[in-house]
Amino acid sequence: MSVRTLPLLFLNLGGEMLYILDQRLRAQNIPGDKARKDEWTEVDRKRVLNDIVSTMFNRKFMEELFKPQELYSKKALRTVYDRLAHASIMRLNQASMDKLYDLMTMAFKYQVLLCPRPKDVLLVTFNHLDAIKGLIQDSPTILHQVDETFRQLMEVYCGLSAGEFQLIRQTLLIFFQDLHIRVSIFLKDKVQNSNGRFVLPVSGPVPWGTEVPGLIRMFNHKGEEVKKIKFKHGGNYVTATKEGSFELYGDRVLKLGTNMYSLNRPVDTQTSGASKNSTSRAQQENIAPNPLAKEELNFLARLMGGMEIKNPSGPEPGFRLNLFTTDEEEEQAALTKPEELDNKVINIQAMQDQQRSEELARILGELEVTDQPRWSTSKGDDLLAMMDEL
Amino acid sequence: MFRREHSIPLRGSAAALCNNLSVLQLPTGNLRHFGVVHGPSAQLLSAAPEDGSLVQRQLQAKEGAGVSPTLITQVHWCVLPFRVLLVLTSHRGIQMFESDGSIMVYWHALDTGDAPPGTWSGRVLVFDIPAKGPNIMLSEELAGHQTSITDIATEPVQGGDCMADVVTADDSGLLCVWRSGPEFTLVTRIPGFGVPCPSVKLWQGIVAAGYGNGQVRLYEAMKGTLHVQISAHARTICALDLAPELLSAAEDTFVHIWKLSRSPESGSIEVEHCHGECVSNTQLCGARFCDPSGSSFAVTGYDLAEILRFSSV
Repeated sequence: MSVRTLPLLFLNLGGEMLYILDQRLRAQNIPGDKARKDEWTEVDRKRVLNDIVSTMFNRKFMEELFKPQELYSKKALRTVYDRLAHASIMRLNQASMDKLYDLMTMAFKYQVLLCPRPKDVLLVTFNHLDAIKGLIQDSPTILHQVDETFRQLMEVYCGLSAGEFQLIRQTLLIFFQDLHIRVSIFLKDKVQNSNGRFVLPVSGPVPWGTEVPGLIRMFNHKGEEVKKIKFKHGGNYVTATKEGSFELYGDRVLKLGTNMYSLNRPVDTQTSGASKNSTSRAQQENIAPNPLAKEELNFLARLMGGMEIKNPSGPEPGFRLNLFTTDEEEEQAALTKPEELDNKVINIQAMQDQQRSEELARILGELEVTDQPRWSTSKGDDLLAMMDEL
Repeated sequence: MFRREHSIPLRGSAAALCNNLSVLQLPTGNLRHFGVVHGPSAQLLSAAPEDGSLVQRQLQAKEGAGVSPTLITQVHWCVLPFRVLLVLTSHRGIQMFESDGSIMVYWHALDTGDAPPGTWSGRVLVFDIPAKGPNIMLSEELAGHQTSITDIATEPVQGGDCMADVVTADDSGLLCVWRSGPEFTLVTRIPGFGVPCPSVKLWQGIVAAGYGNGQVRLYEAMKGTLHVQISAHARTICALDLAPELLSAAEDTFVHIWKLSRSPESGSIEVEHCHGECVSNTQLCGARFCDPSGSSFAVTGYDLAEILRFSSV
């Protein structure tokens, strides 16, 4: 499968995560002077988004991300987002993090499925980046980081052939196979059915470069057209008017990847707890044999090593964000989650200290060679927990 | 007119690949075999049409020393004059089994050499298959493509030679037509036009090709002249089949059946649309006729854990 899929997967999922967090933070927004110590203000919201975006677009992190490599397991990728979501003063507990991740994945799955051309996934990515720039426009340093990533995307992807984009699309769809979590906003908009399947419309503009179906043209041996007949193709398509822009700034035309959440359309999921789809998803995950765990740890270590996490120090409390409407709902969700969906969160300490990064790399290096984990318990139960999980 | 028949349930959903359904029609009895790729495994099913009883078998791709589990790219029955082989391809290599998938008779590792993983050389491998047993040998490597091969079609040549004409298609849309023999010869090249050609078929000297922009094109095989161009679908074609009708399926959820003929005066190829079927909300990934007369067909779709069947009334 394609080795250029990871940056697109990461950036689009990250973009969805920011949309959701931004909406939830605005929904829980309290005017600065009236706020209690534990309530969110506008200043807090901006700070959280700035922290997460600057961690996401960190240069070292992006360097690792853009290296040609295969997609890693859903578990490994989820770990990265857990870390990213905690890159600031915000805290999410297990149930909220699960819900956030479900929403992110289903949104991007929807966008990939509905892309008219495989290449349009790049326009979806640009839509996310355009919106991210809007969220952090007060911070020129971070804006610059995002623009750098934009340029890197253009450099790597704008020259790829249609065939390579088709392979990227197939790789992404294999990653999202069998995920059918129902999302309220999708159900309300009738883009998702109650069985969790997305609606694939058979009307609207055809992809750029495709003709409206319905014509058969026949030629003679000299190449002259000798006959033209129409047929009824069953859909209701029209010609595409304009191609989206692949430049740093421009009209993307495509709406997929733009922010569909707002204060009036709250973030919400319904999870099909007892559905057999969730079991088949768990089965697919369990196929990964143990040898992969080491490779994934290496990947995570490299990626995390590139992440500069601003750890909250001193007396400042971590502000908790709830992705559900009430605290009771969040507790309830945690209790009723079926066991096979229980993605154990891998807790990794912030590796901002260079020495500790090297220590982690050394431990992992040992692990690779001898095939036996040799842990010094002073390195923390977290790393041990990480090993158990994988 | 076609109507829906009972679907065949699959243990796992079909992967979003092209040509993701293979059907083996056995001449003796009414048994048919179906093959679908799920991801790291392929499912083989034998369904007896009368009582629908199913025999299932799952085949795994041969593991390599890599990061992620090996994904199968295609499962296909190769019907040779004297035996039938089941072929499983992945980017690690080619596995060949006896037709029921019970015994692996051959493994050919694809050597990517120094190339970074994921680049494809566009080589076409030709194997010598003995009438029985595992003595399969790589006999030739055909050079003609620069990007990865998407599909291969063959047709026995009229005239009792028992040598096939072959068409190969690739990711750039290029088609190569070959004459088989002790050594294969390139007969003609049909250039692409900026989109991949995921599916190709050969019938009575006509090449039928389905493209990434939803077009189906028919060419004269020997010279490569374009005879018919159909704006058939609104998304990429994922599968074609010829039985003598032409079946096209695409990611736009539609299946179309076309009647092919040769005009008695000019001898040129003519096409007429026979039937269209919409499989709601399903991005199709495979389609095949289930019998030689084309009176029934089956389709698979991404994320769908069943094989849908249709038969004519």
